[in-house]
Amino acid sequence: MLDIQKIREDFPNLRAHGRDEKPLVYFDNAATTFKPCQVISLTHSHYCQRTANIHRGVHYLSEVATAEYESTREKLRRFFNAKSLYEIIFTKGATESINLVAHSYGRKFIKAGDEVIISEMEHHSNIVPWQMLREATGCVLKVIPMNDQGELCLDEFQKLLTPRTKILSIVHVSNSLGTVNPVREMIKQAHAVGAVVLLDAAQGVTYEPIDVQAWDADFLVMSGHKIFGPTGVGVLYGKEKLLEAMPPYQGGGDMILSVTFDKTIYNRLPHKFEAGTPNIAGVIGLGAAIDYVSALGWKDVMQYKKELLAHGTKVLSAVPGIKFFGTAKNKTTIFSFTIGDIHPHDLGTLLDREGFAIRTGHHCTQPVMKHFGIPATARASLAFYNTKEELDAFAKALIKVIEVFQ
Amino acid sequence: MSEHSDELYQQVILEHNRKPRNYGKLALSTHEAEGYNPLCGDHLFVRANVNAEGVIVDVAFEGDGCAISKASASLMTAAVKGKKVEEAKILFEEFRRLVLKEIDPDKDPHHLGKLTVFSGIWKYPSRVKCAILSWHTLKGALDKEKTVSTE
Repeated sequence: MLDIQKIREDFPNLRAHGRDEKPLVYFDNAATTFKPCQVISLTHSHYCQRTANIHRGVHYLSEVATAEYESTREKLRRFFNAKSLYEIIFTKGATESINLVAHSYGRKFIKAGDEVIISEMEHHSNIVPWQMLREATGCVLKVIPMNDQGELCLDEFQKLLTPRTKILSIVHVSNSLGTVNPVREMIKQAHAVGAVVLLDAAQGVTYEPIDVQAWDADFLVMSGHKIFGPTGVGVLYGKEKLLEAMPPYQGGGDMILSVTFDKTIYNRLPHKFEAGTPNIAGVIGLGAAIDYVSALGWKDVMQYKKELLAHGTKVLSAVPGIKFFGTAKNKTTIFSFTIGDIHPHDLGTLLDREGFAIRTGHHCTQPVMKHFGIPATARASLAFYNTKEELDAFAKALIKVIEVFQ
Repeated sequence: MSEHSDELYQQVILEHNRKPRNYGKLALSTHEAEGYNPLCGDHLFVRANVNAEGVIVDVAFEGDGCAISKASASLMTAAVKGKKVEEAKILFEEFRRLVLKEIDPDKDPHHLGKLTVFSGIWKYPSRVKCAILSWHTLKGALDKEKTVSTE
């Protein structure tokens, strides 16, 4: 069992105040997560004692920094059970990772008339890069619809798959609805028609353990800051043979073996995709975050979040006029809702005055809002450091907010 | 809710949100613009009927938005109706400065009247756009711009 109070002590930001010195309840974890001391202090000590560029210097600090940076790659490899270190590419986030694949793999292997499948519940970052690819190549973009519970229509997905399907790029856990998609089954089906699959695991990495080999994912993307790590760092996992066949995404230092004005020879994986000085401290901090999450143990975290989801669903359902968006059978601790005709932004501001940090808006998923015919929702997204007591207080605050509008 | 003099959701705002003034279309309009805030999806039309003397004889708005944007649009239409275009533009400028805290309504001269209920909004930078959307849209209409965005 998790000792939540002890865990909370690891996250200094939980002790910060909200607006007007109100004690803070942070329910915006799908946007970004707080960082444990372990991440903060390792990043801090990197800047205080081990600042150096990597893969370059022969001096001591550079070697130490390089070793720390590369040891994070090994942590990520283990975290996702990737076959080799060559398959872990550091980027600045999930968005850049998707763009890298759409640009590099997409422009080399996708031709006019080829089909790319995404879904109605994708984050804009898993829509726009494929539209840009469509613009560049003339490929066809197909969209898996969802039902009113916010679950993908798998029958429709089957119908969309054809021999021309080259890529399925799909969200593992929806950021605006909390839906957990049956991606393992979908990967199998996409592979059956010869497509490669990209998993957007930006939210999924904190939901369940991911085994890229067992799941047979071709690409997987994530952002460090959504898994208690620093902002500005992310990961692209790709199967080695796919990454090998792909051209570099950006040119610059570190991604080359030799440069003359006649010819440049690219570096091997993973450096081929890591042009320029990366976010060294960010990567090292991400390593500490992966250690932290791994040490907690998935079984306990998943059990506790299941309890939070059940409790939250219960207490929030009692709030008059509440309507949930995203009621999938399989979902995570994300509560997306509206209350009567109160605009979510008004809810957000009034809750903020009571110390609750939630997200309001379209959550970068405008097609989801369109599906439900609404401009926005209020979204409370919880991490393992949140508590049932916070949920109780949240439900009470919502009732207080509703009174303002009566 | 805690009661502050700078409370954002004052009774005036809540009341205008519940019962917006000058809501709907106009039988006759000489000026019209559409305003959109991509951040939150607030979306409205402002229409005005300006006579030969440059007086806004009628003005109306319609659309969807949060309480702040709706109340602001409602209060705006009430404030500019019967005013000359030039006076409305002065109000726009004063309102813009009010919500950015560039003027202190208690000290600096202004013609804002009831519109000072928005004087506390500068504390909520993400909501300033909600309050000012209708004003930008009105100004766009008067300047004959078709669409206005807060981004």
